[in-house]
Amino acid sequence: MKFWDWPFTFEILPMLAWASLVTLEATILGFAIAAVLGLAFAIGRMFGPAWLSVPLAGFIEFIRSTPLLIQIFFLFFVFPEFGISLPAMTAGVMALGLHYATYCSEVYRAGLANIARGQWEACTALNLTAFHTFRDVIIPQAIPPIVPALGNYFVALFKDTPLLSAIAVLELMQTAKIIGSDNFRYTEPITIVGLIFLIFSLAAAGLIRLVEMRLNRRIRRA
Amino acid sequence: MTDIAKGPAPAAAPTGSPMVRFDQVTKSYGAFVVLDQLELDVAAGEKVAIIGPSGSGKTTVLRMLMTLEPINGGVIWVDGEPLTSMRRNGALVPADARHLRRMRGKIGMVFQHFNLFPHMTALKNCMEAPCTVLGLSKAESEARGRELLVMVGLGDKLQHYPAQLSGGQQQRVAIARALAMRPKVMLFDEVTSALDPELVGEVLNVIRKLGAELDLTMLMVTHQMGFAKEFADRVCFFYGGKICEQGPPAKLFGSPENERTRQFLRAVLEAT
Ligand SMILES: Nc1ncnc2c1ncn2[C@@H]1O[C@H](COP(=O)(O)OP(=O)(O)O)[C@@H](O)[C@H]1O
Ligand SMILES: [Mg+2]
Repeated sequence: MKFWDWPFTFEILPMLAWASLVTLEATILGFAIAAVLGLAFAIGRMFGPAWLSVPLAGFIEFIRSTPLLIQIFFLFFVFPEFGISLPAMTAGVMALGLHYATYCSEVYRAGLANIARGQWEACTALNLTAFHTFRDVIIPQAIPPIVPALGNYFVALFKDTPLLSAIAVLELMQTAKIIGSDNFRYTEPITIVGLIFLIFSLAAAGLIRLVEMRLNRRIRRA
Repeated sequence: MTDIAKGPAPAAAPTGSPMVRFDQVTKSYGAFVVLDQLELDVAAGEKVAIIGPSGSGKTTVLRMLMTLEPINGGVIWVDGEPLTSMRRNGALVPADARHLRRMRGKIGMVFQHFNLFPHMTALKNCMEAPCTVLGLSKAESEARGRELLVMVGLGDKLQHYPAQLSGGQQQRVAIARALAMRPKVMLFDEVTSALDPELVGEVLNVIRKLGAELDLTMLMVTHQMGFAKEFADRVCFFYGGKICEQGPPAKLFGSPENERTRQFLRAVLEAT
């Protein structure tokens, strides 16, 4: 048996390319949830009333201190016990989003805490509502400095998507496993999946740098 | 000192209800009393300069009026209504958010460090609140912002970001931004203190212009004694959380009665 089988490689490539779309979809949806929910967590924890901020802090700590895999299993296998049955992809994306939201919320917290007091006071003096204060003044200034940190979590979330194979989501890892067990050849599928992750990670890092540079330009101008 | 602070209303104050009234207002941080039973009436259209040594509570007076600091006792009245409380069944109860927002709409403030929004152009800085708070259309708030920026002499800097403007220009944008909300009362807290000396004049000129052209009540904390003398209707000298002496500028600067006032003015004159 050859170490590397090229015809087999080209045979499985389309399947893996297709699966990589599922991985990308899980990454993008998961991170969208993490980015929005993380901001909500941060604001609720920093500015919410005690009945909200205290339980929220506990919840965030809880999610951060337990493995993502357990959370994925919980959403997929335990939620049905409460009458909530989610498709594997949905449960997986929600678990990824929730888990990374707790990390993102810490990043947002740092960003929000860095806004000068004078900016808040100007908003009060101009009579802006809390909503407009956040949407137009605070958040646009809080986000650019934390884009690199958020970007790191984007890549980390991407690299955690193989965990979804544990609940049989047909993403890259699961597809590679199926190809491997069907053909008794794991070298090609696993190697290709690793390469695809490498390429996407590098591309994402480049993209983040680009966003960062554009934002920095705007800040320097501002 | 107390009897001077609570003495007869100064000649400049006209009859009728004042635009701003501090009624026995007390402010403390923990055990430290910053303002002790402050009494101060400001008539509509009156320009009051607040002077005094550092730490005497001048900034605190303005910040309480802008609702940036809660008060610990007494009542602040603005335009005939209590600022941070409201009447309910004859009694004064803490104001709800709606009342606070309505009252804040009567007051504008300019800060020592400008506090412009760095991610917005000069024009956008002036449009934000009229758009979102007053509900003006984009075209209306843009017209208003443009007009005010022209008035403060920045008609050619509409699309500049704060970082692209000098300190004096930034402060003029901040003045235009506050005016865009059409306040009745304008508060200026040492608005020229953070500026290089050569930029002070352009900001004072804008304030002079406001005084001449707009029907505004103004309270300004300032270290520019010359400007206070020429511009204010009344000067209040703060010392240790009280108004130690107040009166028309000619009187207060020309023949101050209180020893503390004399000491302070001597010290300021020596410094300049
Ligand atoms: N947030 C605060 N906490 C504690 N003390 C404060 C605070 N803000 C102001 N003070 C104190 O209140 C006094 C009056 O302050 P301020 O009104 O800023 O004085 P001024 O503007 O006349 O220099 C000062 O002694 C200052 O140290
Ligand atoms: Mg001060």
